[in-house]
Amino acid sequence: MSLALIAAASLGAIGGVSAIILYGAAKKFVVIEDPRLAEVEAALPAANCGGCGFPGCKGFADALIKADDLSELYCPVGKEETMKTVAAILGKTVEAKAATVAVVRCAGSCANRPRTNLWDGAKSCAVVSMNYSGDTGCSFGCHGLGDCVFVCKFDAIVIDEETRLPVVDEEKCTSCGACVKACPNSIIQIRKKGPKSRRIYVSCVNKDKGVVAKKACATACIGCGKCQKICPHEAITIENNIAYIDDNKCKLCRKCVPECPTSAIIELNFPPRKTSEIQDTATN
Amino acid sequence: MLKTFALGGIHPKENKLTAKIPCEYQPLPKEAVVMVSQHIGAPATVVVQKGDEVKTGQIVAKQGGFISSNIHSPVSGVVKKIEPVADAGGVKRNAITIEVTGDDWAEGIDRSENLIEEIKDDAKTIIQKISDAGIVGMGGATFPSHVKLMPPPGKTAKYLVINGVECEPYLTSDHRLMLEKGPEIVVGIEILMVALGVKQAFIGIENNKPDAIKAMKKLTSKKKGIKVIPLKVQYPQGGEKQLIKAILNKEVPSGALPIEVGAVVQNVGTAFAVYEAVQKNKPLIERVVTITGKHLSSPKNLWVRIGTPVSSLIEAAGGLPESTVKIISGGPMMGKAMSNLNAPVTKGTSGILVMAEPDTARKPASECIRCGKCVTVCPMGLQPYALMVYGIKQMYDKLEAGKVMDCIECGSCSYTCPANRELLDYIRLSKSRLGPFIRNRKS
Repeated sequence: MSLALIAAASLGAIGGVSAIILYGAAKKFVVIEDPRLAEVEAALPAANCGGCGFPGCKGFADALIKADDLSELYCPVGKEETMKTVAAILGKTVEAKAATVAVVRCAGSCANRPRTNLWDGAKSCAVVSMNYSGDTGCSFGCHGLGDCVFVCKFDAIVIDEETRLPVVDEEKCTSCGACVKACPNSIIQIRKKGPKSRRIYVSCVNKDKGVVAKKACATACIGCGKCQKICPHEAITIENNIAYIDDNKCKLCRKCVPECPTSAIIELNFPPRKTSEIQDTATN
Repeated sequence: MLKTFALGGIHPKENKLTAKIPCEYQPLPKEAVVMVSQHIGAPATVVVQKGDEVKTGQIVAKQGGFISSNIHSPVSGVVKKIEPVADAGGVKRNAITIEVTGDDWAEGIDRSENLIEEIKDDAKTIIQKISDAGIVGMGGATFPSHVKLMPPPGKTAKYLVINGVECEPYLTSDHRLMLEKGPEIVVGIEILMVALGVKQAFIGIENNKPDAIKAMKKLTSKKKGIKVIPLKVQYPQGGEKQLIKAILNKEVPSGALPIEVGAVVQNVGTAFAVYEAVQKNKPLIERVVTITGKHLSSPKNLWVRIGTPVSSLIEAAGGLPESTVKIISGGPMMGKAMSNLNAPVTKGTSGILVMAEPDTARKPASECIRCGKCVTVCPMGLQPYALMVYGIKQMYDKLEAGKVMDCIECGSCSYTCPANRELLDYIRLSKSRLGPFIRNRKS
């Protein structure tokens, strides 16, 4: 009987002492979490894609709470709506930001850009880039092995079987920028989605001289400067034999598109042109 | 029993087709393209201008840093242009294009064939001459030789290990060099011994070259301190660390250089180039290149001037056969497939291998079956199957813990994998991504 008493008493004593220590520790090392943190995190899309530049949604929530000004912070997945909800929780304001989308700046399909050799190594663009200039004459273009597809968390990008180029699904793309980082040739760019998803961009990044570029790819930008001349908004610059359309300046007038001799400028989601409009630009 | 290294290794089919074919001289090209970066380290700085006349052996680009190398004109002619030219992989790199007018040598270069055995220079002069002559490791790694001869403070060299292993299948340039330029190589070794201040030198030669072993043994029988070590045939015995393990039975620690165990490794081709530079004042402007392949009509060993286009070498070996599928610069294990045949020969081009279908076919990769073959053959004791997955998933902490930077890129893992996984492709990718990061952290 006494043995049972001793056991109960000693266990009770150990338990009591441990409880006091634990209580003390809990008081001393308590982490006071901002109650808004959980709330903000719940409002975020929980994609943990890192597109905002922070490690996961919790990291971003933390940054949002700490920031005085939300203009530099943006969740590309949740976009406007999420940012507004977050701002409401935090009692801050957000400015409207234009929607963006990933754009593939290479049109070197199998038809446009003939293969000059065959790569039989690992199916990874990064491995190809490390080894050589690629299996076509153009060393700047898309390798078509889908590193961008591999990193996309939203299934928003696929390699087209026929052209061997990545195709972005506008609906699914959150413009998180993972593909931009994964592409060893920096072909993919995050650009303004544009009103009614209409946008114009130069679909080439070949920095070679015009002759060399044209030889490798039928639709390469040859840096001729015709688009730059016709652009009424000074949105087009030519550097390193390559034209670039600034999406902040571009007014989507479409004048440059028919001007391009190699059809390197692409217009997306526009209604078909009227015949008179085409003739107009042709005579100009 | 013959010596070899302890860990891993494979024995691919040797296919030394050109072992018995003496070296021939390749005629001068019409246009020599001299790459500005033919070595590991900083590219050289161009010191000539467009339109300049250059003589054979004249310096055209100076060392661009401590780990860098001088580059000399391999021909005499006029500098046509200095602009990027596509290399073997089609990547454009800066190069000096020289229109060849003849072979008028610069003054002070002894072109006679007579052997000069007496070494007059002291260590410092020798290293300076080697640096001036732009000598790099001729085994293929092209590390500037003068850097290797200057051990970091606090470290001293005790042994010189000469690499005559040539463990790559097909290649025979070092083999032929040992047979044809043996006496010069031995003098070159003695010069290297003086430069390093070492008393012992070992020449490692694999047992599949009995004639070279015999010849070198005969030449070194009266030389004090130089010993020929026949080695069991095992790939990649030509790797520095493997060769040191095989010959000296010492292990170079992970991440350290061979000097850590008191050894300096130089290739036989480098020893020959050192002889030429020190005794004859001749810079490194030509080398032996093996042009080989089962389908070539006349595979050859050729003395080629640096800057000669690869296509002309293939012409010399009987032209490109119809059945060609892949052309590799270097050996089949570590060499790189070429996508541009107009690329010039560089200081590191040890061979050109022309292959047809059945030899090259890389079968589609399937899932890892965890057989562990890659682990068994890895000469560095790594776990290639795991490193590949870490590489794909970009788990850099695990890659570093797995000692990915120790990989010598010998390709034994990819060679042996029954699932045809692209182990080395991804390991090399991880190395190229992780390497700069680790170096930055150190500095």
